[in-house]
Amino acid sequence: MAAEGTQQQSALDVDDPVIRMRNADVTFDGGESYVLDDVSVDIDRNEIVGIVGESGSGKSMLASAMLDAIPDPGVLTGKIEYLAEDGREIDVLELSKEELRQMRWEDVSMVFQGAMSSFNPTMSIKGHFVETLKAHDYEVEPGIERAHELLEDLYLEPERVLNSYPHELSGGMQQRALIALSLVLEPEVLVMDEPTAALDLLMQRSILMLLRDLQDKYDLTMVFITHDLPLVAALADRLSVMYAFKLVEIGPTEEIVGHAAHPYTRALLNSTPNLDAPLEDMRPIEGQSPAPINLPSGCAYHPRCPLADDQCRSAVPDFEQTTQDHAAACYHWEDSIDQIPLNYEEMLDDDGGSQTDGDYV
Amino acid sequence: MSNQPVLSLENVEVHFENQRGFLGFGEEDETVRAVDGVTIDIEERDVVSLIGESGCGKTTLGKTCIGLQRPTGGSVKYRGEDMWDVRDGKSDSGLDWDEIRQSLQIIHQDPGASLNPNRRLVSILSEPLRQVSPDLSKGEKRERIYQLLEHVGMNPAADFAERYPHQLSGGEQQRVALCRALLMNPDVILADEAISALDVSLRVEMMDLMLDLQEEFDTSYVFISHDLSNARYFTEHGDGKIGVMYLGELVETGPAEQLINDPKHPYTKVLRWATPDLSLQEAGDMPMRKIDIPDPINPPSGCRFHTRCPEAREVCKRETPDTYQINGQQAACFRRDESHEYWDSPELMD
Repeated sequence: MAAEGTQQQSALDVDDPVIRMRNADVTFDGGESYVLDDVSVDIDRNEIVGIVGESGSGKSMLASAMLDAIPDPGVLTGKIEYLAEDGREIDVLELSKEELRQMRWEDVSMVFQGAMSSFNPTMSIKGHFVETLKAHDYEVEPGIERAHELLEDLYLEPERVLNSYPHELSGGMQQRALIALSLVLEPEVLVMDEPTAALDLLMQRSILMLLRDLQDKYDLTMVFITHDLPLVAALADRLSVMYAFKLVEIGPTEEIVGHAAHPYTRALLNSTPNLDAPLEDMRPIEGQSPAPINLPSGCAYHPRCPLADDQCRSAVPDFEQTTQDHAAACYHWEDSIDQIPLNYEEMLDDDGGSQTDGDYV
Repeated sequence: MSNQPVLSLENVEVHFENQRGFLGFGEEDETVRAVDGVTIDIEERDVVSLIGESGCGKTTLGKTCIGLQRPTGGSVKYRGEDMWDVRDGKSDSGLDWDEIRQSLQIIHQDPGASLNPNRRLVSILSEPLRQVSPDLSKGEKRERIYQLLEHVGMNPAADFAERYPHQLSGGEQQRVALCRALLMNPDVILADEAISALDVSLRVEMMDLMLDLQEEFDTSYVFISHDLSNARYFTEHGDGKIGVMYLGELVETGPAEQLINDPKHPYTKVLRWATPDLSLQEAGDMPMRKIDIPDPINPPSGCRFHTRCPEAREVCKRETPDTYQINGQQAACFRRDESHEYWDSPELMD
């Protein structure tokens, strides 16, 4: 563990981590199948990280692991630390059930896809706020005041929404009310698993814009998990890409979009319909992503990778640093950049679009 | 006959009466104006994409196209004959309602829910064949099913044919749903968010497959999506047009690239803004004054977009814009008329 940990350090470390995850594994079937495989990642304070992967790549497991919320009978091992702004250092996997419950709302909060199933249909939205505040021994009145402000931040009419039942709100309103609820205990970190997936694009984009505002206003750290790379690229400061239950690439958003180093990331970028790329250059990724059992040996992407050789088939690649803060788990990342063109390259500036600072509003 | 559109919608309205239950005595009945005054043609081997946000009426319009929803106003013509006259026996065209329905098929967003979980693929796919070609022997049916499965990349077909839907991935389930629709030899397939539930990386593959099979089976698509980049890919490859819907009305139609690169309606610009791209250029502020779409029960007066439109002026509140023709695009916005009183009208303040 130590050896690998140090090797990855330079590219993956951040200045002021709020969550530090080391060698996290999630196994099912008594260790037979891995659904999260040796993932180490730091989340910097006040940054927005996008975690991108296809269905079944383990991205939701990564999110759940941050809060030690893996569903039974999954087993989570490794080390996950939460470093609070007030100096508390919490080893998440050592917490008691009650301590964990507290941390989950007050320090690190989570929003899932499909707000409808997160709300109790027989309770008004206000009821949810009151219940949450009481369960964590917060004072209700100032809490509801905060709720008002949060709902307004999310372009909702506080009175109307608080007095509604979940079914009386549209999907986009529900999802925004849920985000407000998740922030009412003033957590430092907000982990969101496909928070906009069931919504139409316009609402998705609007919510992303509001999240950026919220992050600014409340100094939040956000982890945004999605299968939709272009969507989160508009929001995130850094992106990390998952394939077959492992992290395969991590770096600043403009680095990943402009100079993706892992062949999988490049294929993923090219497979995504977008408005700018020439139509004939969009193509699907050949082959299928692997299931948790019978993972390919070596680099799990090798059966689909145009650059794969014997080394890729036999040994799992470590992270290699491509620039100071950008790393990819690939032996051939230099060839990958040279040989796999990105179909929207013409749209980027000469220096790969690094003119933006990830801030798009 | 060949120059005639397969489907031709004229001034179609679909209004739902939303009756108050018994506790709501005395309150007025509410009418949801799901589709209002839509005119559009679907040609042979055409692709028409309908885009818009949730609740804009695109699904209702799609269902009206294929005869699953009866319009409350206007007409839906199948090869020149009003299909609801045929249905009511008021037509002497010799067309048969069952034939019309058979030639208009649908694939849904959630393929898992549209396939019978208790039947193997071979039995699911035999059903349409039994309807269309009842004379085929069992062996011949199997032969055709295997051929089609292989064609959509489900190899080995004999193995797949014996599986149940839950043994397939989402992408495979959607391909089976597409096969089932195609086996009816349809003229038009309504693909209602058919690729939205698939991973981003699988969408291009599914769209390619649908277009490839369009050649083979000589069918048209009505493609419903909220994603402009998917609609662009599908429509441009299929050489069709995109229709942008807002609160039940078509606000702009045109060829894909043209409509995306040079939108003529402010709402189309909003949709373009909402579509993520990888150019990393700043998307800028939201070109819209309000985030939430108004209630279709009481749609705003005048131009329905005026409550959110960044360009709205007083006149937009009062008057409904006509549809203007601009180089193959149609847009319902006063800004397309240089001499309209809009330009002298004061800007709307919230």
